[in-house]
Amino acid sequence: MRILFSKPKALSSISTHYCPGCGHGIIHRIIAEVIDELPQDQKIIGVAPVGCSVFIYDYFNFDFVAAAHGRAPAVATGVKRSIRDALVFSYQGDGDIAAIGTSEIIHAAARGESFTAIFVNNGVYAMTGGQMAPTSIPGQITVSSPYGRDPKIQGYHIKLCEMLEPLDGVAFIARTSIHNIKNIEMTKKIIRKAFDIQINELGFSIIEILSNCPTNWGMTPIKSMKRIEEEVIKYYPLGIFKDKGGDIK
Amino acid sequence: MKMLVKGNEAIAEAAIRAGCDCFFGYPITPQTELLQYMAKKLLRSNKVFVQAESEVGAINMAYGASSCGKRVMTSSSGPGISLKQEGISYLAGAELPCVIVNVMRGGPGLGNINVAQSDYFQAVKGGGHGDYKVITLAPNSVQEAVHLTYLAFDLADKYRNPTMILLDGMLGQMMEAVEFEDISYKEYNKDFAVTGDRNKEKRITNSLYIIPEELENHNIKLNKKYEIIKENEVLFEEYQINDAEIIFVAFGTCARIVKSAVKKLRLNGIKVGLFRPITLWPFPEKQLEEYSLNDKVKMFIDVEFNMGQMLEDVKIAIGKRKNIYFIGRTGGMIPSVDDIVEKVGELVEKGVENIV
Repeated sequence: MRILFSKPKALSSISTHYCPGCGHGIIHRIIAEVIDELPQDQKIIGVAPVGCSVFIYDYFNFDFVAAAHGRAPAVATGVKRSIRDALVFSYQGDGDIAAIGTSEIIHAAARGESFTAIFVNNGVYAMTGGQMAPTSIPGQITVSSPYGRDPKIQGYHIKLCEMLEPLDGVAFIARTSIHNIKNIEMTKKIIRKAFDIQINELGFSIIEILSNCPTNWGMTPIKSMKRIEEEVIKYYPLGIFKDKGGDIK
Repeated sequence: MKMLVKGNEAIAEAAIRAGCDCFFGYPITPQTELLQYMAKKLLRSNKVFVQAESEVGAINMAYGASSCGKRVMTSSSGPGISLKQEGISYLAGAELPCVIVNVMRGGPGLGNINVAQSDYFQAVKGGGHGDYKVITLAPNSVQEAVHLTYLAFDLADKYRNPTMILLDGMLGQMMEAVEFEDISYKEYNKDFAVTGDRNKEKRITNSLYIIPEELENHNIKLNKKYEIIKENEVLFEEYQINDAEIIFVAFGTCARIVKSAVKKLRLNGIKVGLFRPITLWPFPEKQLEEYSLNDKVKMFIDVEFNMGQMLEDVKIAIGKRKNIYFIGRTGGMIPSVDDIVEKVGELVEKGVENIV
């Protein structure tokens, strides 16, 4: 019998606590697939956030350091500077990276810290029950913007890739999405590219991944993926904003 | 060989000699020479120095490096230590060693940059959220700051707990002759540390215990550790205390002024002595309690550069058994030797037994 599809080795056997249809499961899996492609002697350390993915350290088979809310880029700085030959990545949501941790991510990027930030943007504070996030788009209804986000009152959404792109320490920056198979495959390629940038010590790398939250968006998983395609991408265009990697695979 | 060194720089040099691998800091008066010294020394060696974007960044970098088993230091002053409290709570929760230096200034708020002991509460009562303790060492000379820096790294590793060196700006800024003896520091087993090696068992550093029973057990375990520290690590100095009828309690540089007052009062035939806590947490509660049970001792006088922060712990130790008086100055004002001598004269004149 030939095995056609199996769980990546980098993923543990613990069932996740994520809601049905949540994008974190897809993103975890593609990170694990990329790690499986790396040599087994490649050291790997993840830095866990606060938010829905707070238990991420249970779902992977390698070392993790759990950070305070927003502080993952500072913690990852301490980790990477201590163990230079480890591949270090942080995993953060939008509230974590673009509100409470804005200072930490900007300065880690400016210093050109040699780790990879994986930023999952689903436009809400999902773990605390779906409040407006720094990345909630104009008009978006959430439990803390019940009449829709009005830029005159609640201000505008933060576009982190566009903010970080001009910084010289940034070697690679891209925005991808997981709303369909094509984009999931592209996200996987981009993660691989960012990790290679890090392994080649070219500087800081970050991938913003547009993801869904069926529970707090009040939609079926399929409808939530359609919302990314039809509404969210208008505000957050996909693409590679900067790539100092050139031809590296 | 003795060298003339500034307090802040002496602590930095002692830290390097104690095997400090990584320093993460942020400028703030009156601590900044410590950061500058670390920059000069660590950037030219194979060690880690990062001037962080904020104190919040610095303490979290320290958390990351400590998770990797490194000997880590960060330093600041009051307002910066307030920002570091989040990270200190996480370090305590995740049981990670880290040495934190607080060169105190006047508070609250922006206060000023002058000599003060305004952060006693913040240091010894936990300081951040949750049930935890930070081992707190209070030197009163540059030489003692060197010794306590060595000790701070040792205690942090031994107990896997954040350890604070608490001194005022006067000690940070003043130069004294010191000797840096060659120390051979003990290497501790750091089997908690992440390495990234995927051929070994997975390691996680974390302070999250989502199941109530688990968090309670974690807190009970931490508390047992704190009890062991209280039992074994208390440090204090006694001066002219054996026949003393009046006992001063003071820490840090304030205790040096009090020591001069003791000398002067002794010349006048008044039997006074000094009890100086060196560990502020664990506080030498039992030792002070013993003196309060001694019939010869008529009263205690607590002297601080604040409005009476250590005074609360002194009161807990002494209870209602003896009268306790307080002399305190704040905001960069300090009591003079004569102020203290005069106050004691007043108390003696009134007759200590009758003072309410």
